[in-house]
Amino acid sequence: MSEQDDDKSASRRAEEFLQVFKRGADFTQDLLKENERLRFSLLQLEGQLKSGSNADNEETIRMRKRIEELEQQKEEILGRARRVEEENADFANRYVEIENENNMLANLYIASYQLHSTLDFREVLQVITEIIINLIGAEEFAIMLLDEKTNKLQAVMTEGLEISEVPAIAIGDGLVGQMAKTGENYFIDQMDNYERDFHHPLVVIPLKIKERVIGVIVIYKLLVQKPKFAEVDYELFTLLAGHAATAIFSSKLYSESERKLSTIQGFIDLLTK
Amino acid sequence: MSNYNVLIVEDSPTMRQLIVFALKRIRGLTIVEAGDGVDGLKKLSATKFDMILTDINMPIMDGLKLVSLVRSDPNYAAVPIVIITTEGASEDKERAIALGANAYITKPIQTTQILDVTRRLLNLPA
Ligand SMILES: [Mg+2]
Repeated sequence: MSEQDDDKSASRRAEEFLQVFKRGADFTQDLLKENERLRFSLLQLEGQLKSGSNADNEETIRMRKRIEELEQQKEEILGRARRVEEENADFANRYVEIENENNMLANLYIASYQLHSTLDFREVLQVITEIIINLIGAEEFAIMLLDEKTNKLQAVMTEGLEISEVPAIAIGDGLVGQMAKTGENYFIDQMDNYERDFHHPLVVIPLKIKERVIGVIVIYKLLVQKPKFAEVDYELFTLLAGHAATAIFSSKLYSESERKLSTIQGFIDLLTK
Repeated sequence: MSNYNVLIVEDSPTMRQLIVFALKRIRGLTIVEAGDGVDGLKKLSATKFDMILTDINMPIMDGLKLVSLVRSDPNYAAVPIVIITTEGASEDKERAIALGANAYITKPIQTTQILDVTRRLLNLPA
């Protein structure tokens, strides 16, 4: 081998080395760049992550607020629903009250209408009987009128028993006589297991024209389905006390005047014949 | 507004008036009154009725006889019949139902009872 050859190979190797070295330097440069890029990405990612979790937090807070709002709205709506329900219950109660009042007024209207629908004494007694049976719901009772001559109460109409069964009662005598004397209504305290007693009935209603008692309604037995009196019954008794009395009284007067009139007519006929 | 013909058969004028008074609250009802079963049958043959309310105890022809005669008439085989009874748990009530009555109301009657049963049987809104 010549010296020339040695030189050539040495410079080639140097060249090669330089190239290798340059490649190494380039590579290192690339690595550094890549490193820089990665660090930048990392920072970016971290930033994103940070801002990302912030956004999540904000969303959560927003949602929580919304839930609270909705909860509040729900409570309000439930409250309103409860108030509406309460109002409905009030209306229902009021409706029942009005229906009861309506029923009561219907009964009173019909009772007074019927009582004054006739001037015939027997028909008036029939109407009173019907009111006591149908509107009050009694099964056994008597209408007793005061006989002015004997000062005794005498049964003139009965339901569920015979007239002859009812004893005459003197004014002031016993419970019935006392009520006729004072003009006060009587209602028994305990209706259970009651057995008919002419001197101790369930109810005594004096028939009054102003303060003057002309008779009494005496009740001994109510219908099976009627365990006690309702408000409407007390109103009906009050109405009967006054209106039945005037109806009886005026029908009696009317029949008397009719009788007198026919007697007079008879005389006139006799005289003019 | 549909019109219904309702017949009330009842001998007591007080009861009749009370029933009429109650039924007047329902619009579109034409109410006809009869004082006993025979009178009721006469009226049933003259007009077509959509409902009958009848008392049990009546002179001339009682309510039970009326119910059975009404049910034997093909024109009235399905007409709603309401009976008005006095006793709470009487045989009359059971007999009337067996004969074909649809419902009963018990004395002393309340106007609401009459209204409720009428609306129910005529399918009217409350
Ligand atoms: Mg009757």
